[in-house]
Amino acid sequence: MASSGLAKTETPIDNNGSLERARVLRSMRLGDVLFESLTRTAAISVLLLLGGIIISLFIGAWPAIKTYGFDFLTTQRWAPSLKPQPILGALGPIYGTLVSSLLAMVIAVPVGLGISIFLTELCPHVLRRPISIAIELLAGIPSIIYGMWGFFVLGPFLAEHFQPAVIDFFADVPVLNVIFAGPASNLSLFNAALILAIMVLPFITAISRDVFATVPVVLKEAAYGAGCTTWEVVWNVVIPYTRVGVIGGVMLGLGRALGETMAVAFVIGNAFKIKASLFAPATTISAAIASEFAESDGLHQSSLILLGLLLFVLTFMVLTAARIMLMRLERNQGK
Amino acid sequence: MLGLVAPVAHAADISGAGSTFAFPIFSKWADLYKKETGNGLNYQSIGSGAGIKQIQAKTVTFGATDAPMTADELKKAGLVQWPMVMGGIVPVVNLDGIKPGELVLDGTVLANIFLGTIKKWDDAAIKKLNPSLTLPSTAITVVRRADGSGTTFNFTDYLSKVSNNWKADVGAGASVEWPVGVGAKGNDGVAGNVGQTKNAIGYVEYAYAKQNKMTHVNLVNKAGKTVSPTIAAFQSAAASADWANSPGYYQILTDQAGEQSWPITAATFILMQATPKDAEATAEAIKFFTWAFKSGDKSAEELDYIPMPDSVVGLIEKTWATQLKLK
Amino acid sequence: MGSPKTNPYYAGRKRINLLAMGLCYGATLFGLTWLVMILGTLVSNGLPGLSLDLLTQNTPPPNSTGGGLANAIVGSLMLTAIGVGIGAPIGLLAGTYMAEYGRHSKLTSVIRFINDILLSAPSIIIGLFVYGAVVVPMGGFSGIAGALALAVIVIPVVVRTTEDMLLLVPNPLREAASALGLPRSLVIRRVAYRAAKAGLVTGVLLAVARVSGETAPLLFTVLNNQFWSLDLTGSIANLPVTINNFVNNPDPNWKKLAWSGALLITFAVLSLNIAARVLGSSRNEK
Repeated sequence: MASSGLAKTETPIDNNGSLERARVLRSMRLGDVLFESLTRTAAISVLLLLGGIIISLFIGAWPAIKTYGFDFLTTQRWAPSLKPQPILGALGPIYGTLVSSLLAMVIAVPVGLGISIFLTELCPHVLRRPISIAIELLAGIPSIIYGMWGFFVLGPFLAEHFQPAVIDFFADVPVLNVIFAGPASNLSLFNAALILAIMVLPFITAISRDVFATVPVVLKEAAYGAGCTTWEVVWNVVIPYTRVGVIGGVMLGLGRALGETMAVAFVIGNAFKIKASLFAPATTISAAIASEFAESDGLHQSSLILLGLLLFVLTFMVLTAARIMLMRLERNQGK
Repeated sequence: MLGLVAPVAHAADISGAGSTFAFPIFSKWADLYKKETGNGLNYQSIGSGAGIKQIQAKTVTFGATDAPMTADELKKAGLVQWPMVMGGIVPVVNLDGIKPGELVLDGTVLANIFLGTIKKWDDAAIKKLNPSLTLPSTAITVVRRADGSGTTFNFTDYLSKVSNNWKADVGAGASVEWPVGVGAKGNDGVAGNVGQTKNAIGYVEYAYAKQNKMTHVNLVNKAGKTVSPTIAAFQSAAASADWANSPGYYQILTDQAGEQSWPITAATFILMQATPKDAEATAEAIKFFTWAFKSGDKSAEELDYIPMPDSVVGLIEKTWATQLKLK
Repeated sequence: MGSPKTNPYYAGRKRINLLAMGLCYGATLFGLTWLVMILGTLVSNGLPGLSLDLLTQNTPPPNSTGGGLANAIVGSLMLTAIGVGIGAPIGLLAGTYMAEYGRHSKLTSVIRFINDILLSAPSIIIGLFVYGAVVVPMGGFSGIAGALALAVIVIPVVVRTTEDMLLLVPNPLREAASALGLPRSLVIRRVAYRAAKAGLVTGVLLAVARVSGETAPLLFTVLNNQFWSLDLTGSIANLPVTINNFVNNPDPNWKKLAWSGALLITFAVLSLNIAARVLGSSRNEK
């Protein structure tokens, strides 16, 4: 607005240096136009980036799409060196990705909510900040460190103490003794899910804590006034009020878990065959790509890129759902 | 910005990628070569499969693979292949109280372990070969390769030769559909994994087992004798290789005859483009290989690798002269 | 109904409350225990390897002694600097467009949506993208490809924080500047940027922290180099891939270096995160 008004000043109004001023303003106008187009170009480049990624993935995956079609999603066999043509199917990695992420959420959501409840309702004020920061540090640790720790510390610990105990515990229970079957393994689907849970925990905690703080105090006070215990206030007032935001946070966490590569690659065991037990090694889409891409070519490489495309589509859908929910929450709050 | 990119790397740095089997000896040679000549070798130990891919894509000066390409494949890809050094693949285990060389296995039992039909360490078949050892009643954790590996190629080739079940169900190859086991990357990954996991068994190139003081297993060879992985055993297996009459020097050294032969012996092959993209770098690489053939024997034997015999080196140098176009 | 002490229903509810609150304490303990365990492992394994050699010696061959991570550290610094150097300005400008010129336009809401997708995209997908778009045409691995992959990760982070921070600058400031005769671009550059400076810097710091620990995008773009090299048109050494290679190897010297490198990265990332928080909150206290 300012520039359009001033740009019309082409001729000097009077002789008090306004010619100078006009000249300066004219050059500023050029700068203005340049700056605006620069920012617009940068903004559009974000769109182009996403478009580029999708197109690039699609081009790379096309040979696999053409050769396998929908069978890719239903085939479990992964035989990249088969002659004359490799038989490749995504069922193993897809299974691993979905099960590890969902199991991670089953662990992380209650724990994350528990921590946020603790931070908003139970924690002494002095400790609130330090504990919040401590939990958020978990989000800052690079994923390769999670992988290293998982491989050297968590894996052996689970294989020697936790897994045998669970296997024995469920040995006679009909369905569970198949899901939690031996032998115990350092590298397994369960280990990967646990590490993912720890990595995703801070996201859920941070978002839940933020939305919990938006609950109007009046509502909570009214509930306390009616004689509710703390838990009843949380369960019946806070969580229903914030459920959209919490679900949005959970879905963001899920998006993160689906795409996690290094931490999972270290502890999951790289086995493409689907086994019933959670304690057996498995693989996920991102771990499979990380493990095999460097040496792949032709149809094998194309299939790995197709796996990447599937993962991208999956995270896209989850994140879109999360965004929509969070947008609805913001709208309800009058933003 | 370009000023930042001023190359400090020596102009004669050679790049190679591939076999993890040969990585220990290539590293040692590269170190000695750099001390002698100042030229460096940047070798990425990413597995034979990846090495073949990199040289085909011309992103490195040479590739290294323990799974040799056939003469037809070489012609189609426009590559030249020759053997550089030989070594042995040994099974390694992580069992409490078992020392290196104490456990004895034969081809059938080994195949059945990796097939998953033998599941526990105190299985009757293992006990039969080791009457004096106390074996735990624990499950065997199989560790195998997750990446395309020449080591796997030779190991599965051996298993296919000694076990019909293995041949029918799995077969040989650089990357196979393993029935059981966790996958590790590279010989080092398998070694690390077995070292970390109790009651595990894996297969590695002998230098990895020796350098990391792992518990290796003795095998029963084709002649029915129990042998340890020693240089003499590897040499005995390599003695019957007919390099002169193999196009592309294609030779597999597993399950060879001979009282002393180690059953899983293998050679590492170098691959180069017949018409290289960077003739200067290729010429530098040939200088390195010439040096290695001439002065690298002692360091190879220290790590229990077998250098190529002089007669074969002569043949290889002739191959360079005739097949590599360095102009 | 009787007093709380005698009402049986209340006793039950009280028990449930106690159980639930106990679980919440337990959850917090659960989370904090993992943090302590992970950092503890990192420090106990990485601290012994910290020495001046780490910063001055290059990566050694396997099964030897000594050596350091100098080439990997320098390589990582270069990749991060260039990645942020390319990504941050683009992100800054894009965020500026969204908050200033295009604040209420449909284009901006679409870009915001797309940006959030990019923000949470798996970093290995970005590695695949740069492999296809840069490594294959270039004919080989290079530091440039790696830096570009990092830039693609940096851009959404900076866009998000820039837009958020600029939106927080009160409009009266802008209006006052315009009334004084400043053209639009100078209103933004001289007034809005200056007011949001702390927040914008925070955004860049967070982006730096984010890419410092990334391994997956570098796996098939830069590969690695065991020697000292500053030549970005080829592979250069970098910490994450070096750590990845070293830690999988049974050589104890390599493992020690890997843990020390991991400690360095984690320390850098956590310090940046804390610095960003402190900067962000000091802005709040103004």
